[in-house]
Amino acid sequence: MTQHRPSRRRILKTGAAAGLISTLPAPFVARFALGQSKFDWKRFKGEKIDVLLVKNPRSELMQTAEKEFADLTGITVSSEQVPEQQQRQKAMIEFSSGKPTFDVAHLSMHVQKRLSEKGNWLEDLRPMLADGSMTTPDLDFNDFGKAGLDFCTAADGKQNAMPTFVDYWILYYNKELFEQKGVAYPTSMDEVYTAAQKLTDISKGVYGFVSRGLKNANVPVWTSWLLGQGVETVSKDGKLLTDTPEAIWAGEQYKRLNREFAPPGTVGFNWNECQTSFATGRAAMWLDGIGFATPLEDPTKSKVVGKVGYGVVPKGPKAQHSAIFGDGLGIARSSARKGAAWYYIQYITNKQNQLNILKNGAGSPARNSSFANEEVVRSSKFGKQWFDCVLESAKVGRPGLPVIIPVTEFRDVFGVALTNMISGADPAAELKKATETFKPVLEKSEQG
Amino acid sequence: MSVEHNAVPLPGRRGGTTAPGTQGARAAPALPAYDPARKYWIFIAPATILVGTVIVFPWIFTLWMSAHEWNVTGDHAFVALANYKKLLTDQRFLESMWRTFWFTLLATLIPIVLGVWAALVFHREFPFRGILRTVFVMPMMATPVAIALVWTMMFHPQLGVLNYLLSLVGIPPFAWVYDPATVIPTLVLVEVWHWTPLVMLIVLGGLAGLPTDPYEAALIDGASSWQMFRYITWPLILPYVMIALVIRTIDSLKVFDTIAVISQGGPGTASETLNYFLYLQAFQFYNLGYASAVVVIFFVIIIALSLLLLYARQRTKWTD
Repeated sequence: MTQHRPSRRRILKTGAAAGLISTLPAPFVARFALGQSKFDWKRFKGEKIDVLLVKNPRSELMQTAEKEFADLTGITVSSEQVPEQQQRQKAMIEFSSGKPTFDVAHLSMHVQKRLSEKGNWLEDLRPMLADGSMTTPDLDFNDFGKAGLDFCTAADGKQNAMPTFVDYWILYYNKELFEQKGVAYPTSMDEVYTAAQKLTDISKGVYGFVSRGLKNANVPVWTSWLLGQGVETVSKDGKLLTDTPEAIWAGEQYKRLNREFAPPGTVGFNWNECQTSFATGRAAMWLDGIGFATPLEDPTKSKVVGKVGYGVVPKGPKAQHSAIFGDGLGIARSSARKGAAWYYIQYITNKQNQLNILKNGAGSPARNSSFANEEVVRSSKFGKQWFDCVLESAKVGRPGLPVIIPVTEFRDVFGVALTNMISGADPAAELKKATETFKPVLEKSEQG
Repeated sequence: MSVEHNAVPLPGRRGGTTAPGTQGARAAPALPAYDPARKYWIFIAPATILVGTVIVFPWIFTLWMSAHEWNVTGDHAFVALANYKKLLTDQRFLESMWRTFWFTLLATLIPIVLGVWAALVFHREFPFRGILRTVFVMPMMATPVAIALVWTMMFHPQLGVLNYLLSLVGIPPFAWVYDPATVIPTLVLVEVWHWTPLVMLIVLGGLAGLPTDPYEAALIDGASSWQMFRYITWPLILPYVMIALVIRTIDSLKVFDTIAVISQGGPGTASETLNYFLYLQAFQFYNLGYASAVVVIFFVIIIALSLLLLYARQRTKWTD
């Protein structure tokens, strides 16, 4: 390969362009790139990249698309899927070493966003987005939903990753049970409580409501209620809002629903136990991520096929929001094959591959166009209500977890508090104790 | 030949050549000096290097880490014994320690009692003994994670087979691992089911090697079955029971997979043992310095208990 020595003028021009680009948000630079047309998919032919993925159905689809990508670009992809918890540990250790063995990493941005920013793990994609020779004209940056882009964009505007998937929390409800009891879909969080009360029929083994009780996993349930107060768990200036009257109200809501109307043993329930309760018709409402429509509409796994309603989380006392969680693909800053890595990300997040996520029931993609595809909506076994629910939830989406470094410890500490509430503890006392425990952890995390 | 042999120095002695002036008088030169004490290191070196790199170095490194504020993302600051001081006031750590002891006590003693009893049963002759022995040891052959997953399904409060079986005899559903009050006994149940066969095998091995003379003498003296067990069998199998006790104690202290799969330390922290607490600190919160301090304390506990049990085993050894 011939190497050209860059001239001083070229260096100055490149530096000036990079300086300008770094001040602009990604949508502007992407639009700028569209004006150029020197893009060639074969530019990095012969290169080989390593990709670290999380084990899930979406990664299966990504791996399926690798051959087509190799045919198109001549770039060889070597990817591995690692179970979520271990993948996060692997990413953390390898990025921290400064020399990760992969070029592209899948990141759970709702957990790793702040960590990846502080550790400076990822390459800012804006210069490549602005370069018409590096970005395909088909990219259509503005097709990515705001929720997904927010997860992948740092506070200083750096585009650290491209969104692949956004999970919206919704309220699943059993239409048949609602009809039998003459209950309407709740329009407020208080109505969720009254509806659960009416729907609970212990003699028939039916419970009005189910949600996660297992520590760590249960935190998004509480934050979903808290978003109804219009606040998150951590303020924009980094202060904990976890023992405020709003947080205590959300704790009360969590406690009373899980304690009074949830199936026995809910204190140890993760999503899978909740899914089992709902899929067997033993729970009338279930608050969780939107990705469970596939098993719920599968006759081999569910007894409620065709009876499932998909509702946007009802409004709270002050606001209506859907807690959101998002994943993204980013390029390791130390990668020597950034060009090929960027081509891979563009291809994997293109419209067709995002649509495939939806077609295969592998979750909700980050591109808006996927949901506007009438053919997919028509042929989907989820029904139109599911698609409407996604689009409506996207309008009111707000992060379900704080953008801080010790997210896992946050979930652990407050998860224990929530579990104790189900066992009867006072929400105010538990949240005060948890806040005191977590405060020094949060403060220390941003030092150094 | 014998002259030449005499020229070879004794191990540990230096030199070995013949005295000056005598060399010319001999027909053959003396053998070169051979000092076995000097050559042994060649044979010891591989094992020393292996032990040094795999055991000694990690331990020294862990000790060093435990004296640091060691965060994966940040710098490493020397904090001396601060991590240990913090542990002494960490309520969650202290609770996990006592919980570990409670779990260990139950998960050791119950399999020992049941395992000894099973060994005594299977030591006797009865029809289908071989098949039943095989069936009995089968739980031990399965991997702990697979077993834990099966038990998780069985413990489900609404859909689990255990509550269904209870309902058949009119007993109300039980919360199993879904209640802080019952989670530890339930996890112990899984451990007992899994590891009682191991105790049985160890004790059965001991029973097979027992002398018959004392039993014959006892029968002639008119001893009852209980007396024969109490005064002959029990003292003779005690060394084997002690081996099983040491193995079970160490295994119970270290248990992780069963808890991680079935209860994940919950509900809340109700089943969080030292090992699970350690895992959270190291691999979930990335507090490596703090986790290293837990490792050191954990190691001290295991060594202390093992030494105590090994000392007890020495005391129970057969004597002439």
